Amino acid sequence: MDVVINGERKQVTHGATLLELLKELDLDPRAVVVEHNARIVRRAGLGDVTVAEGDAIELVHFVGGG
Amino acid sequence: MTTAVETLRDEPLTIGGRTFQSRLMVGTGKYPDMDTMVRAIDASGAEVVTVAVRRVNLDRSKESSVLHFLDPKKIFLLANTAGCYTAADAIRYARLAREAGFNDFVKLEVIGDEETLLPDVAALLEAAKVLVQEGFKVLAYTNDDLVTALRLEDAGCAAVMPLASPIGSGLGLLNPFSVRTIKRRLRVPVIVDAGVGTASDACVTMEQGVDGILMNTAIAAAQDPVSMAHAMRLATIAGRAAWLAGRMPRREVAMPSSPTRGMLD
Repeated sequence: MDVVINGERKQVTHGATLLELLKELDLDPRAVVVEHNARIVRRAGLGDVTVAEGDAIELVHFVGGG
Repeated sequence: MTTAVETLRDEPLTIGGRTFQSRLMVGTGKYPDMDTMVRAIDASGAEVVTVAVRRVNLDRSKESSVLHFLDPKKIFLLANTAGCYTAADAIRYARLAREAGFNDFVKLEVIGDEETLLPDVAALLEAAKVLVQEGFKVLAYTNDDLVTALRLEDAGCAAVMPLASPIGSGLGLLNPFSVRTIKRRLRVPVIVDAGVGTASDACVTMEQGVDGILMNTAIAAAQDPVSMAHAMRLATIAGRAAWLAGRMPRREVAMPSSPTRGMLD
């Protein structure tokens, strides 16, 4: 199943939750903020949201800036 | 380093209900490496440290965020909306930043021009209103324009941040009069953000009576960022102390410092 993560098309496990998706990507859920189809998903709710074909997911964190 | 602090009758800086001892705030961008950044922040004495929100790099998922090098228990993380050109984008970035879970402060930037990185003040005001409604403590990066500063205060911003000169320019404080006027007229803290190039710029800026100063490139792009951070710390303290001391009036003619009487015939 294809989804778009940070603007890139990626193959992920069908029916995965956002939490499982982060695990697949080897990302620490405490270190990223997740936006799913333009809606922010709270950390505590990452396991409740299932990803569907074509979903747009943004994974962001803090980087150096002024 | 306690230089001059003993003689300085000052109150701590309070923004949006949070109190800070240092009036110098620093960014975390453009450092040659993370170790230099950490040592420079330490040398600056800053408590408020800015960060940006960006996509995680998926190709190098082990790449550490800046948080790997900063202790959020020791410093106050101030997320910015740098790089946003519309109110909607800035609001989106602010919401993402808050979701990281550190605080509800945001350094709101809405850029209006790519060459000068000057703010789009109409979009800034629009975004500020929305974010204040959502409970954010908004620190608004803006032009050195009094009326915009007043409108931002009216919109409920926790602090207003007029520029000294364009971001990353190092041109110093180009319009002391405007910054002084903004400080005189606003009730919320005025933090000068952007444009400082070296320690004297920071000192002159603080001598205008503003509540604080935020800088990034002046430290990060110095040949020795850690030493420059130290210099900025001293300059910020010196400028603040001079402001509190009250400078002598300017005069167009000289006045001798030594007695004119008692001279030999």
